Amino acid sequence: MTDTATTHHDPLQEAYTKNVFGFWVYLMTDCVLFGILFATYAVLHNNTFGAPSGKDIFDLSFVLKETIILLTSSFTCGLAMIAAHRLETKKVIAWFCVTFLLGLSFVVLEVTEFAHLVDVGNSWEKSAFLSSYFTLVGTHGLHISVGLFWMIVFMAQIARKGITLVTLRRLTCLSMFWHFLDVVWIFIFTVVYLMGVS
Amino acid sequence: MFGKLTFDALQHDPLQDGAGFSMILGGLLIVALITYYKKWTYLWKEWITSLDPKRIGVMYIIVAFVMLIKGVSDAILMRAQQSIAISESAGFLTSDHYQQIFTAHGTTMIFFVGMAVVFGMMNLVIPLQIGARDVAYPFLNSVGFWLFGAASVLILVSLVVGNFNATGWLGYPPLAGIEYSPGEGVDYWIWILQIAGVGSLISGINFLITILRMRCPGMTLMKMPLFVWCSLATLILIIFAFPILTATLGLLSLDRYLGMHFFTAGFGGNPMMYVNLIWAWGHPEVYILVLPAFGIFSEVVATFSEKRLFGYASMVWAIVAITILSFIVWLHHFFTMGAGANVNAFFGIMTMLIAVPTGVKVFNWLFTMYRGKIHFTTPMLWFLGFIATFSVGGMTGVLMSLPPIDFQAHNSLFLVAHFHSVIIGGVLFGFFAGFAYWFPKIVGFKLNERLGKYAFWCWLVGFLTAFLPLYILGLMGATRRLDHYDPSTGWQPLFVIAAVGVLLISCGIGFQILQIIVSIKQRKQNLDTTGDPWNGRTLEWSTTSPPPLYNFAIIPEVHDHDPFWATKHAKNKQVAEPHYEPIHMPKNSSIGFFVGLFSLIFGFAITWHMMEISVISLIAVMACFVVRISENETDYYIPIEEIEKS
Repeated sequence: MTDTATTHHDPLQEAYTKNVFGFWVYLMTDCVLFGILFATYAVLHNNTFGAPSGKDIFDLSFVLKETIILLTSSFTCGLAMIAAHRLETKKVIAWFCVTFLLGLSFVVLEVTEFAHLVDVGNSWEKSAFLSSYFTLVGTHGLHISVGLFWMIVFMAQIARKGITLVTLRRLTCLSMFWHFLDVVWIFIFTVVYLMGVS
Repeated sequence: MFGKLTFDALQHDPLQDGAGFSMILGGLLIVALITYYKKWTYLWKEWITSLDPKRIGVMYIIVAFVMLIKGVSDAILMRAQQSIAISESAGFLTSDHYQQIFTAHGTTMIFFVGMAVVFGMMNLVIPLQIGARDVAYPFLNSVGFWLFGAASVLILVSLVVGNFNATGWLGYPPLAGIEYSPGEGVDYWIWILQIAGVGSLISGINFLITILRMRCPGMTLMKMPLFVWCSLATLILIIFAFPILTATLGLLSLDRYLGMHFFTAGFGGNPMMYVNLIWAWGHPEVYILVLPAFGIFSEVVATFSEKRLFGYASMVWAIVAITILSFIVWLHHFFTMGAGANVNAFFGIMTMLIAVPTGVKVFNWLFTMYRGKIHFTTPMLWFLGFIATFSVGGMTGVLMSLPPIDFQAHNSLFLVAHFHSVIIGGVLFGFFAGFAYWFPKIVGFKLNERLGKYAFWCWLVGFLTAFLPLYILGLMGATRRLDHYDPSTGWQPLFVIAAVGVLLISCGIGFQILQIIVSIKQRKQNLDTTGDPWNGRTLEWSTTSPPPLYNFAIIPEVHDHDPFWATKHAKNKQVAEPHYEPIHMPKNSSIGFFVGLFSLIFGFAITWHMMEISVISLIAVMACFVVRISENETDYYIPIEEIEKS
């Protein structure tokens, strides 16, 4: 791989930089999408219409658990990428498995939280605040789930083909996606939860 | 299993049934013809699975022409209704059908004509103009096209199965909410726009990276042809604006499907937030449509004046200024919201400011013609028509940017006349100019000039006849979207004149169709053997017409603006022995087509609340991408012998 990586006109190498750049641009469009969801949340967060407000329903210690799990998964994802650049296929798969399990437990926790809210009668149909809350946090959760799906696909591919310039490119995009979702979560943690209970 | 879909969905009034039947018959006829001439394999191998941007661009433009005819038919129905529906007469359209027609007209024209010609032109021209062999992501290009194709099929399906949206092309809630529009119409509209919007976003990223990463050696940003500059600005707008559309429509569908309260009148929802969000996309969208047209005119006026474009750098900065300003004017679409004098004043002033860079461009074009050797070809006629109509449209726009005047003209036919002046005069005339200009490059022969000129005059006179009365009507107090009015208003004569104008425009379209047929028949007389039929200036004219699959056998090197002009007029021409290398190209792929097909099924299923089918088709879309990444050999090399032969 190192040989092909140094030649300039190698189409695979060109594809690598081009795709990573393109994926950055895609992430920025996703960022605009989240920006809109944050904006609607900011506009609607006081419109509780008699249903409970953030202060009544948020449990900070629970959210802290979610946050720590997600941040740790970003760390393990980083370790996996270091291993990928050293072409250590087994380590890559191991670290991504850890990342996957952490991501999965984050999704499970979020679904539990949502199910609890619906159970006690605070579903998204109750007020504009709850609609925007479920949508913003749920969209992030949906992104995480899509990330988990691609993690499975890529791990299966790496187990078969090993680390090549093509699979490394895909892993790089996946890890960028994962870190991006982490950043979004930090904003959700601050804007929705911390500011919500204060 | 079938959700809300029942046989009742197939029942309409006779007029709509007639339209549906003729469409189905037309479709069957095409299928029969393809089968008769045994062209299915050819279509599949050479077009449907093609990743060649030139082929994809042609397909965009074919869809755009079909959709243009649909959109104009809608317009004919509306104007016909308005010329007869006064006092006792209710006209021939029911109110509900009329509302569906004006919604379909707007949706069709913006998404399936406007966006289609934007991406069609980019596909055809950008790789050639920047000296590239392909786009950055050929596969995603095909996916983007087929998503667009799926959405255009879905809007045609809505003619036959069920009803279309009746709430206007931007579907303001609470009217578009589930409470007041419980039918499938708004859902059709939402999913059509979502599918087309995702396609546009994918293509937008693709072309942005193409321009930023694939230019030939020597072509710095400030040496790019102006069409490429205008496209670059357009793509930046697409990348920032289309996610807003996706998010906004997503929220509206959550309101409708899951009973959320973003835009409802009750439960703390905020309908005006929708209006803000949709115009935060919608205003950049009008620049997304018109900027590529500006680019086309810049190429056309320079070529047919045999002069370098006047004020290249100021042109570029004007585009950059328009790009930035277009994001901070959206509120002028609803000054009447009641945001207060200061907010309205800010957005009013920003709106007026946009006239400055636009004026810079208009004067630069005129100065390009000054003391040039002007050839009055069809593209040049479209350009001159554009200058006149667009200036009128621009000035009425500045007029309405004053909030006090807007309060009077808001929602009136004056507004309708204004935006048709800029969209027909700008976007459509620009596309027609580009179509005539680059037609010989793409297919290898010129279009018939005489019929092209007939078409131009029909369009220009038809446009003026159709829209000048609307300015007057608007000032007389006629609001838009009227299907019936009182004779005492005295509006009828003007509505009749407007209807005549639409008929003249239809004649123009007739001439355009005739022009294409005649040009194909007489192609032997109009063959372009040199590759440079207009004495062009930019790189696309330096290769053969039509260009080979790989555009350029040897990647050109650029030292100046108008590189091809410079090469032609160089004093000491050094012709070096050509040194070929194998060319790396992508293989065809059918996966883009299947992504579109499953998206079409998804859009139809979710519109009718068939949840099982929508989930399955969504999984199928994901599976397509998994199949794609598992493929091993997605590209190949064209050997040197083959390049030398051609």
